[in-house]
Amino acid sequence: MYSFEPNEEQQMLVDAVGKYAANDLHPAAHEAEESRELPKKLISKGWELGLLQASVPESFGGFGDRSAVTSALAVEEMASGDLAGALAVMTPSLFATPILLVGSEEQKKEYLPKIIEGEWRPYTAALIEYSFDFDANDLRTTAKLSGSDYVLNGEKAFVPFAKDSEALIVYANLDDQTQGFIVPKNTAGLSIADEREKLMGINALPLYRVKLDNVTVPAANRLGGAAGHSFELILASMQIASASAAVGVSKASLEYSMNYAKEREAFGVKIAQKQAIAFMLAEMATEIEAMRLLVWEAAWMLDNGKEEAVKQAYLAVTGAADMAMMVTDRGVQILGGHGYIREHPVEMYMRNGRGFAMLTGLAIV
Amino acid sequence: MTIEFETPKPIAQMQTMLQSVAENMMRSVSREFDENEHAIPWDYVEFMHTAMKAAGLGGGLTPGDDKPKEGAEKRPPIGYQRLAAQIEMLSWGDVGFYLITPGGGLGAAAVQAAGSPEQRIKFLARFNEDKPTYAAMCMTEAGAGSDTSAIRTRALLDEVAQEWVINGEKIFVTGGDKSFTEYEKLGKGFIVVWASIDPMAGRAGMRAFVVESGTKGVSIVKLEHKLGIRASDTAVISLVDARVPYDNVLGSATVEKTTTGFKGAMATFDATRPLVAASGLGVARAGLEFLKEKLTENGVTIRYGLPRNKLTSIERDVIDMEIQLRSAWLLVLKAVWMADNKKSNALESSMSKVRAGDVTSKITQKAVEIMGPLGYSREFLLEKWFRDAKITDIYEGTGQINRLVVARQILGYSGKELR
Ligand SMILES: Cc1cc2nc3c(=O)[nH]c(=O)nc-3n(C[C@H](O)[C@H](O)[C@H](O)COP(=O)(O)OP(=O)(O)OC[C@H]3O[C@@H](n4cnc5c(N)ncnc54)[C@H](O)[C@@H]3O)c2cc1C
Ligand SMILES: Cc1cc2nc3c(=O)[nH]c(=O)nc-3n(C[C@H](O)[C@H](O)[C@H](O)COP(=O)(O)OP(=O)(O)OC[C@H]3O[C@@H](n4cnc5c(N)ncnc54)[C@H](O)[C@@H]3O)c2cc1C
Repeated sequence: MYSFEPNEEQQMLVDAVGKYAANDLHPAAHEAEESRELPKKLISKGWELGLLQASVPESFGGFGDRSAVTSALAVEEMASGDLAGALAVMTPSLFATPILLVGSEEQKKEYLPKIIEGEWRPYTAALIEYSFDFDANDLRTTAKLSGSDYVLNGEKAFVPFAKDSEALIVYANLDDQTQGFIVPKNTAGLSIADEREKLMGINALPLYRVKLDNVTVPAANRLGGAAGHSFELILASMQIASASAAVGVSKASLEYSMNYAKEREAFGVKIAQKQAIAFMLAEMATEIEAMRLLVWEAAWMLDNGKEEAVKQAYLAVTGAADMAMMVTDRGVQILGGHGYIREHPVEMYMRNGRGFAMLTGLAIV
Repeated sequence: MTIEFETPKPIAQMQTMLQSVAENMMRSVSREFDENEHAIPWDYVEFMHTAMKAAGLGGGLTPGDDKPKEGAEKRPPIGYQRLAAQIEMLSWGDVGFYLITPGGGLGAAAVQAAGSPEQRIKFLARFNEDKPTYAAMCMTEAGAGSDTSAIRTRALLDEVAQEWVINGEKIFVTGGDKSFTEYEKLGKGFIVVWASIDPMAGRAGMRAFVVESGTKGVSIVKLEHKLGIRASDTAVISLVDARVPYDNVLGSATVEKTTTGFKGAMATFDATRPLVAASGLGVARAGLEFLKEKLTENGVTIRYGLPRNKLTSIERDVIDMEIQLRSAWLLVLKAVWMADNKKSNALESSMSKVRAGDVTSKITQKAVEIMGPLGYSREFLLEKWFRDAKITDIYEGTGQINRLVVARQILGYSGKELR
């Protein structure tokens, strides 16, 4: 069967997240971006929506089952409020979801209940590397087996909340395969830059460079246990999250510029009544919907164990990233000179929109 | 409800069947009928008529649903979804042939949308008879294309004879020849002619009339020579004092303050736009699959999963084409799924048409470019698909008209506020 309507539970979640995005994230976004600071309360409130909690089974302290489709819906909705805020709220998933997906029983037991219970605490992951040809499937950071330990060497970039994190998953190249390793804070050889990364967008999200100098962890800390894990599903889940967020940011840009165009007058009419503007809006809406459906299909494939999920997730993030650039650029254009001024959020959407092509690894469904 | 992307079994089976029709009865003679414009591929016409009748699709390609078996669990309807999949596959075979698949086509769709229950029975039964039978829709005129409200064709009621007298000239009538001209191998068809019963009333005065084949005063003036879809006849039809029975008007015979007549036409478009989109995407898929086959033959592989900046230009293009094709197809699926579930889909219909109009052309154009001299050669069908593709963005509302529909829907504007 084909069907294009969220079920009741998903709709309730989307509504709840939508409210938080509109009433909490969105109003705080400008100030957060300028001050490079997200209020702790804001993050806590998002955490209490229970997105991650609802995708962890009861046996590990949660109250549901993971669904990439449900998460994709939630990510889109949250990112439409504010991308940096959304990524912050969901940062613990970067650690928990891979464990949920491919972790060993011991890893699940040890970490999931701890993360789920109580307050939002930064558990995170380090995938991205600071090179123009960064490729998640071909990492420069290395892992080598040494006795019963793994030794990690290299440098990671854009690691959310690394400074305060309890533990992080570091992805490294082990015999030409990307593998995750659980690295607790204060492990010898792990050094986190004092200065936060300075990027074009998502400035409210604290991101750090992380160095690994002969960081040694026991073999049991390899994600999935001694036998390791497949990276495909993790990457696909990250791509789907990134694509959903791209759809969310684009939706925000469309909504803002559309409302502006209905108010702004030039040459005696609302500018939305000019085809040059109306057609841009129509194309933005069409592209957003097209990519949303592509993302949904990828997520559905993932949930249903379809082989094509991996390719589809790649297509989804590739398409959604292009779409987000196109849509957010037009969002600025429609506001004219005012779009260029930081009082309006469209320039921020444009800066954030450019990131999706290279920022897979900052969210996961 | 839920979110799901599993192709329903009956649709998957039907696709397999139609694919073999496409390969054996269409692709094999595609070139021949492209080069001999106005020749009729009778083999295809008669085969499809027989096959569709046997399959209970005597009315032609319609969204009609299978009757549920006694006692079987009631399933959600998938009539439009199946229809979109059929059209996509036939157009993958040859879109010109698809357009001459026997049955009521757009003419019958108009009767369905605007006719009374009696009229439906009276005019639509014929498609189930022994011979392949056609119907066409005549809206466009030389001076009225996108702006359908500008049509000049007039219908006057002769009160004494209780007949409508129609005068005017219609152009670009798809299947006009097969619907109107009396061929021995074909059943008696009809054309649906849009005309005004009251020029002062504007859109409220527009009505559709069923004009039977062979009606006096009606003639096929010419058949157009086209860029593509050459197996499909496109007729200019003139009506001079053409008389049709009183009961052949679809909808009310008097002008009310409402615009119901026009709404009838628009309702038809909501239903048919995603189907035209599906047709275009069939052509696009043909082009993309051909391109990928040729690349594979020549040792070029597409490395899915690599970062964009590590891909070759060909890889980027092919990946973009796949994204465009799949996402456009999903828009079609959503629009027809809404139609099946009786959800109003004016927005989604036009979105699917906007996107399909764009990507069908982009994909075939890019495929020709990448194939170089092979793309330009008539030895392969790719150049034909490039020509066939362009019509997708023109008929059933141009890309611009569908952008207007989308924009009005999202902005909450009327036709007056955004024209
Ligand atoms: C950094 C910066 C420096 C500037 N420097 C100067 C300066 O030194 N001196 C000065 O006088 N001005 C200056 N400007 C103003 C600039 O020239 C205007 O912003 C520009 O002309 C657009 O006007 P607007 O911002 O009011 O947009 P609007 O006119 O409100 O346009 C909004 C949108 O509607 C579109 N639009 C408007 N009318 C139509 C139409 N008829 N058909 C179709 N689309 C239409 C526009 O293209 C735009 O996309 C500056 C602006 C910026 C951002
Ligand atoms: C092969 C073929 C088969 C066809 N089959 C049928 C058929 O079976 N029955 C039938 O009735 N018709 C049929 N048509 C007609 C088709 O629907 C029209 O060609 C189409 O609606 C466009 O009308 P037009 O050609 O007069 O172009 P115009 O309306 O003259 O448009 C010219 C250009 O102006 C643009 N334009 C027009 N209005 C606006 C606006 N308000 N804003 C912005 N841009 C605008 C259009 O998008 C287009 O790019 C067929 C056409 C072809 C080519």
